[in-house]
Amino acid sequence: MAEQVDHGRRRLLTAATVGVGAVGVAFAAVPFIASWEPSERAKALGAPVAVDASKLEDGQMLKVIWRGQPVFVVRRSKAVLAGLDNHNNLLADPNSKDSLQPTYIKDSGPARARNPEYWVGLAVCTHLGCSPLGAFDPNNAFQVAGVDLGQNWPGGFYCPCHGSKFDISGRVFKSMPAPKNLTVPSYTFAGDARIVIGEDETPKT
Amino acid sequence: MAATPDPAGTAKRLLDWIDRRFPLSVLWRTQVAEYYAPKNFNLWYYFGSLALFVLVIQLVTGIFLTMNYNPSSTGAFASVEYIMRDVHWGWLIRYLHSTGASAFFIVVYLHMFRSLLYGSHRKPRELLWIFGCLLFVLLMSQGFTGYVLPWGNMSFWGAQVIVSLFGSIPVIGGALVDWIRGDYVIGDATLNRFFALHVAAVPLALVFLVIAHLMALHEVGSNNPDGIEIHDGPKDPQGHPLDGIPFHPYYTVKDVVGVMGFLLVFCAVIFFAPTFGGLFLEAPNFEPANILQTPPHIAPVWYFTPFYAMLRAVPSFAGTQVWGVMVMGASILVLFFVPWLDRSPVASIRYRGPIYKIMLTIFVAAFVTLGLCGLRPPAGIYPLLAKICTTLYFAFFLLMPWYTRFDRVKPVPQRVTGHG
Repeated sequence: MAEQVDHGRRRLLTAATVGVGAVGVAFAAVPFIASWEPSERAKALGAPVAVDASKLEDGQMLKVIWRGQPVFVVRRSKAVLAGLDNHNNLLADPNSKDSLQPTYIKDSGPARARNPEYWVGLAVCTHLGCSPLGAFDPNNAFQVAGVDLGQNWPGGFYCPCHGSKFDISGRVFKSMPAPKNLTVPSYTFAGDARIVIGEDETPKT
Repeated sequence: MAATPDPAGTAKRLLDWIDRRFPLSVLWRTQVAEYYAPKNFNLWYYFGSLALFVLVIQLVTGIFLTMNYNPSSTGAFASVEYIMRDVHWGWLIRYLHSTGASAFFIVVYLHMFRSLLYGSHRKPRELLWIFGCLLFVLLMSQGFTGYVLPWGNMSFWGAQVIVSLFGSIPVIGGALVDWIRGDYVIGDATLNRFFALHVAAVPLALVFLVIAHLMALHEVGSNNPDGIEIHDGPKDPQGHPLDGIPFHPYYTVKDVVGVMGFLLVFCAVIFFAPTFGGLFLEAPNFEPANILQTPPHIAPVWYFTPFYAMLRAVPSFAGTQVWGVMVMGASILVLFFVPWLDRSPVASIRYRGPIYKIMLTIFVAAFVTLGLCGLRPPAGIYPLLAKICTTLYFAFFLLMPWYTRFDRVKPVPQRVTGHG
């Protein structure tokens, strides 16, 4: 008797075997892909950081590390604060509508701060993550990283990597590589000049 | 009594023994001794074999570097300094490797330019070209992951910028960046996985793709400066093309001369200018990674600067900078389509008309200018220059179907020509 080969059945069995094999490969890939996720240890290292900013003079800046990211704390003079509204027409997002910050910062107007005297924000450019430089002196033509920021520079931050400029509230100027204002993390005051970064409210004890 | 064994006979018997178990003689004959390559190769045809030679340099020096390198954020920088100062000849091995990286890109850029000159990407060599493009992508990932390993300040901030590129992808960007870094910042986890990719995963893929690239080459045969097929031309009674010569000994000897010329220049750089004025190894990378201090000016190593300049040339709008990333990605992706963008009836620039020659000149000028823009801070004339050159870069490729079709061409000869 001649062997009868059922090709349809053979194709179905082949397809089913390949299908089951592919599902198996997909499941086997999960541990390898998931192993690239931040580890449990990395996740645990995200505790709040307290900063004592009382020794800052006007126009001075502190950088602290929170969750492995540098954070700016800048002390601003009354004169600088008074000038914050004067350059809204030069900014891409003057009211921080498209930027990242807690609501209490967004509602605080051009100061973008819980206490206007201290500005707190991530020292991470919203373009590609470089750390911007402080360029706070509004009066002189400011030279930073070989770049002349011009006679009309209102004072703020300059990112040396791709040339993004921000005002002293971290608001980005128009037509810059950076799409958003500098991100402001959650923070709170645990005293006049003691800033706790990474917490919205002072813990009630 | 048996005579004393004849040594030649012993070697022959050994070869026979092997040939019955592995096609050694067949491989030698078909792939080397009787692989007929066109007889009119010129200077441009050195760069394929040189790329292979540099790959071997990188593999050997890389293996020896791993023996003393410590892939951790606390130990990496110190271990590289240890290699440079205390390991016997460590400085030489490290400079061979770091200069080899730049040499690799110089050789590969010239090798790719050769294809655009003589139409080596055209039918039937499309897959050969695509394998080459994939090799270029792998080479770029090797260049990037390798640059992070010394954990200098430029390593760190370069990694920060490039990894952040993925963050601009809508919706999944943020999670993707965390996944690539393995942490919320560039750190130990990132360095370790880059090390694994740089010394194991990518080199393996690179070697396999090089083999595929050579197999495809030997399947379709080499192109030549006249861009005509020698296998379609007249043949001798044995069936070998009259315009071809065996790869061995003719081109093995020629390529050895090329290797000697290369080594003269390569060794001069290693011994007299290993950092090449900050182009091959940048000054900020001689200080350890510092998360609080971005170098005043971040520029990638020279071989990435044309693409980096394109990334910077595109402003962000609609609240995202993904457009620059897309343009940079497209600038690589467009290379894969060149075999189908080129609609010229002739292959070689020798028989193409003035338009292609002008376009190719503009393209080279734009590419070099982009490279210079990428090295400079984004201020003054450079952003505008980068925008213009990005447009020219894409114009060369995207307008190719039209200008190659309508360009005036010269008649192509039946046989390869003597000059060149």
